[in-house]
Amino acid sequence: MSTVDPNDAVDESRRSALILTSLAGGAGAVALAVPFMASLTPSERAKAAGAPVTADLSQLAPGERMTVEWRGKPVWIVRRTPEMLESLKKTEGEVADPQSTRTAFPTPPYAKNEYRSIKPEYFIAIGICSHLGCNPLGPLAAGTAAPLGNAPGFLCPCHGSTFDLAGRVFKNKPAPDNLEVPPHKYLSDTVVLIGDDSKA
Amino acid sequence: MGLHKTEFKGLMGWIDARMPTLMSEYKKHLSEYYAPKNFNVWYVFGGLAITALVLQILTGIFLTMNYKPDAAHAFASVEYIMREVPGGWFIRYMHSTGASFFFIVVYLHMFRALLYGSYRKPRELVWIFGCLIFLCLMGEAFFGYLLPWGQMSYWGAQVIVNLFGAIPLIGPDLSVFIRGDYVIGDATLNRFFAFHVIAIPLVLLGLVVAHILALHDVGSNNPDGIEIKDTLDPKTGRPLDGIPFHPYYTVHDIYWLSLFLIAFFAVLFLAPEMGGYFLEWNNFIPADPFQGPPHIAPVWYFTPFYSILRATTEYFMWFLAAGTIAYALLVYFSLKNTLARLAALAIALVLVVFMVVPVLKLDPKFWGVVLMGISVLIFFGLPWLDQSPVKSIRYRPGWHFWLLVAFVVVFVVLGYFGTQPPEDTRNLISQVFTLLYLAFFLLMPWWSRMGEFKPVPARVSFAAH
Repeated sequence: MSTVDPNDAVDESRRSALILTSLAGGAGAVALAVPFMASLTPSERAKAAGAPVTADLSQLAPGERMTVEWRGKPVWIVRRTPEMLESLKKTEGEVADPQSTRTAFPTPPYAKNEYRSIKPEYFIAIGICSHLGCNPLGPLAAGTAAPLGNAPGFLCPCHGSTFDLAGRVFKNKPAPDNLEVPPHKYLSDTVVLIGDDSKA
Repeated sequence: MGLHKTEFKGLMGWIDARMPTLMSEYKKHLSEYYAPKNFNVWYVFGGLAITALVLQILTGIFLTMNYKPDAAHAFASVEYIMREVPGGWFIRYMHSTGASFFFIVVYLHMFRALLYGSYRKPRELVWIFGCLIFLCLMGEAFFGYLLPWGQMSYWGAQVIVNLFGAIPLIGPDLSVFIRGDYVIGDATLNRFFAFHVIAIPLVLLGLVVAHILALHDVGSNNPDGIEIKDTLDPKTGRPLDGIPFHPYYTVHDIYWLSLFLIAFFAVLFLAPEMGGYFLEWNNFIPADPFQGPPHIAPVWYFTPFYSILRATTEYFMWFLAAGTIAYALLVYFSLKNTLARLAALAIALVLVVFMVVPVLKLDPKFWGVVLMGISVLIFFGLPWLDQSPVKSIRYRPGWHFWLLVAFVVVFVVLGYFGTQPPEDTRNLISQVFTLLYLAFFLLMPWWSRMGEFKPVPARVSFAAH
């Protein structure tokens, strides 16, 4: 009859302790990852940098564009001439989302119209292409940029996305969405608050 | 007791008795590593890649001594290195030119593998480690390019980080997580610096070691694609067609290294920006988050993949869907197993639904990112995609060679277009070439078997010189 040498035998009584301590150790390692991953998210200071900004429109000439900074992003204000507004009727059929129904960059309800603005004259949008975040150029006059064809509008030089003067993206372009309209409201006839659209 | 019995005398003997690993590894990897004697010039690029890596690490260490990873100071600190630090311009240009040369060498090294079937059994792991090294290099190049904080640094990073934003559901949060802010900013610069100077280099070095260890376990391939270990000297047990790596190939590599360094320093001294291809003009302008440059393009080594990203538009999705269905049918009629056949059709159907069916379809932007990812990751699949009965192009049908040439043309043209502003004709050609690029790989299991193969000799073809 063979006997097992106690030095070679597997001590089964220790097996459960081994599994339990391994699991506890593993859970500890996972918990350890939390502060490291959290350190990669935006800091409190970055979160606080999103305060609304005001813009004074009184110096903006018709057909011109001004840029203000909000949350580190360029916000465009374009004062559209009557001819520029007229061009939006022609581009209506050539743009991918004329009614701004897509929800990736939701258009505020007060800008869900053919002009994509509160006042038709002033178009306010974030000057970042909805494709990969480049800066579109514009407003460009009709016929000045080949990708735009005969329409006036904005052209993103990175990947050739084009937008009409209401920031609506033309069909079959890399950008899926219209230019984002930030929340905003008019404090007076010529002063607009960007980043806050709350009533009262 | 416990001392190793050594054949060496003196200091060497003292060390060898205590750490025999040193000499045994030297023998295993250099003086007694038997490499095929028929290597040609295509076999120097591995050694050159190691040299390029060493140069990048060395120059990188010295650059960090003066560089400031701070959005307010980064651009100025690079100009400080260029203008005021003695020798600074030389070290910086070595690093920036070195990056481009690293990619030139690595692309030629990879092309060699395509020529001679170096990724085929038993070298699949060597190839996979190599592909991982390639991914790390792309990461190094991308993270490093933000550091000078020029216009192209900023806007290039903006575009690439936003790629991740195209992923459905988690995308937007993921891109905030990568940036550490809602826009590319100081937090982004700091973490990219950390990745560029320590995290990725550590992984890269580990992978290079794994790549070489895996290679030395199975032995090197050669231009004939013959296993030299199949014909051993009965007396010594060494491959008859093998010669010790050191001194034969160390000398061979040093010869080519000197030619490489002549080219490298010629570029460094005469055209360090290489006409805007190695360092883009726009990157000598400080980053401006409010006005991007009129034309944004990555550095040349990323542009083939960037063209593929750009080629994916709304209408292109229909061709992609048609291609997916055609490919699924090809798989269906090539497989015997009913379950596998149906799985191929089902996968294709799901993909097509998400490509073109209204409401359910995902943005072309997302598919552009997917295609770009596939065009890089598909290299991992080569050992299994290539079903040719012989490894080397020398014994494959002549048209296989021309197909490889056509692939290189597609790759180079896509690369050139990627450096250019978007334009209708170029976009159309990019779309056709994107499909050709994918077809080259995805149809390889079929075409690589076709044609008349030449008999492979038992011994390597070699003329003493």
